Amino acid sequence: MTNNINSRLRKEKIAKVIMQIAGFCIIGSLFLIVGIILYKGVPYLSWDMITETPKGGFYIGKSGGILNAILGSLYLASAATLLAIIIGIPISIYLNLYIKSDSIISRSAKLMFDVLYGIPSIVYGAIAFSIMIWLGIRASLLGGILTITLLTIPIVVRTVDELIKTIPEDLKNVTKSLGATRWESSLILLKYIKTGLFTAMLLAFGRAIGDVAGVLLTTGFSDNIPKYLDEPAATLPLAIFFQLSSPIPEVQGRAYASALILTCIILIIVICTHILTSKNNKQKI
Amino acid sequence: MKLRLLKDFLFNKISSLLLLCSFLAISLIFIILIYKSIPLLEYQNIGSILSQSVWSPLKGNFGFLPFIMGTAWVTIISLCFAVPLCLLTSIYLVEYAPDKLRKIVLPLINTLAALPSVLYGVWGVLFIVPLMGEYIAPLFGIVSSGYSVLSGGIVLAVMIFPIMISIIVEVLHTIPKELKSASLSLGATKWETIVKVNIKKAKPGIIAAIVLAISRALGETIAVLMVCGNIPKVPQSIFDAGYPIPALIANNFGEMMSIPLYDSALMFAALLLLIIILAFNLIARVVLNKLEKNHND
Repeated sequence: MTNNINSRLRKEKIAKVIMQIAGFCIIGSLFLIVGIILYKGVPYLSWDMITETPKGGFYIGKSGGILNAILGSLYLASAATLLAIIIGIPISIYLNLYIKSDSIISRSAKLMFDVLYGIPSIVYGAIAFSIMIWLGIRASLLGGILTITLLTIPIVVRTVDELIKTIPEDLKNVTKSLGATRWESSLILLKYIKTGLFTAMLLAFGRAIGDVAGVLLTTGFSDNIPKYLDEPAATLPLAIFFQLSSPIPEVQGRAYASALILTCIILIIVICTHILTSKNNKQKI
Repeated sequence: MKLRLLKDFLFNKISSLLLLCSFLAISLIFIILIYKSIPLLEYQNIGSILSQSVWSPLKGNFGFLPFIMGTAWVTIISLCFAVPLCLLTSIYLVEYAPDKLRKIVLPLINTLAALPSVLYGVWGVLFIVPLMGEYIAPLFGIVSSGYSVLSGGIVLAVMIFPIMISIIVEVLHTIPKELKSASLSLGATKWETIVKVNIKKAKPGIIAAIVLAISRALGETIAVLMVCGNIPKVPQSIFDAGYPIPALIANNFGEMMSIPLYDSALMFAALLLLIIILAFNLIARVVLNKLEKNHND
């Protein structure tokens, strides 16, 4: 019997070690990714990369930078996030505070957004592209913004939905019992989840700035910083993708450096999100 | 008072309109895809489209088998890596890990989720592809460029880690404490309890997590496109290049305007992808929602 319990306990120990190794592999992969991008990208990183637009012969290794792509991505992601927030937050409020959150409409709408969240961006991109051809619009910043907005609305709706769930039921009832309309009550409740809303915004922004498949067909590529909405614009992920497929080592190096810049942007977003959520643990997403 | 009610009324109308618009948007997506796929379906019957392996749009051959198989290979390979690793890690995080460790690990996994897919692609090209081509493939005596379904599978596996772990962790949290205590009090070790009680009870949730991860993997485009090699042939081994469906759409869209059927074929590819992913998502979400509801009751 003692032998038996020993072997059973040994089994437990072995299982524990295997689990630790598995966890280590998963966390290790994150450090491996960031580490390799850092290792390859740092030697090619220069001030010119982030302050200049591509000059003549940039794509055969001559001087210039990717300011066009950085700004293009920032414009695109900011505009798309803003639109997604403007559309997403009212929908979420409507689903939770205007109609009962466990009604059939609300439940099926939430299911719809969950499912929409899963649609790959290449499908959005392909459809947006066919609509644009049909309407005779060429690839442009506006096309990209609209496509990415569609992509980010489900994120905003779902995140805000989770946030609204964290509001104490009492607060909802108190505002109503004092005679506030649903609209006034919503404004007060939004104030309560303020930091959470900011987190939702960052999440959406992160997804918007990193997406390639959606902008590949709809936004095009340009060496200039976009001035108007109907101009094609470069985006950072696409710049990485194009430069990486070049056979010239110098250009490939710039792809690594561009990847490093994108990584930094994403890490900044992640860190901000983390600080915000840990500051206000109640509104954890 | 009137003004306040008016505001309330306006917001009600505007937000329900927005909701309606998003519903219309998804219907529009379907209508466009189906409408655009019709020419291909009239040209060839659906059975032969899905089962033929010759893809030469210029000659009018639209066999989707290489792409379906390419997608299947990378997805299955990624699951082989991701499922055991994620399951073990999630169990460890929920049952064994001290609070401090959990507080460090979960944000790191969130970081992994936040990395854009193009960065995974860059990592794949810089690290996984040379690793496969120069070290792993020669071990088996195979000459490979490294651009293979195996590389694609590994990159995808890392991409689906976060979604799988976060859902499995949530599911494991819903296991009632009484069940665990009952098993422990009968003399089972913690590990035996986990295998015989926790996992058994969490099975539907775990399967839902895997299904959601699969649907994420199916739609992943750019990272897979960068490391898979993109040769429209049915892969014969894990070191062969493959050509998943999303990569097909991304690579060829925009160049196919001169051939009407080609356009239709790509739209059909998108439709196929969408239907599979929607079905998977729907099933998984319904299961998860039910679990959450049971837990809250």
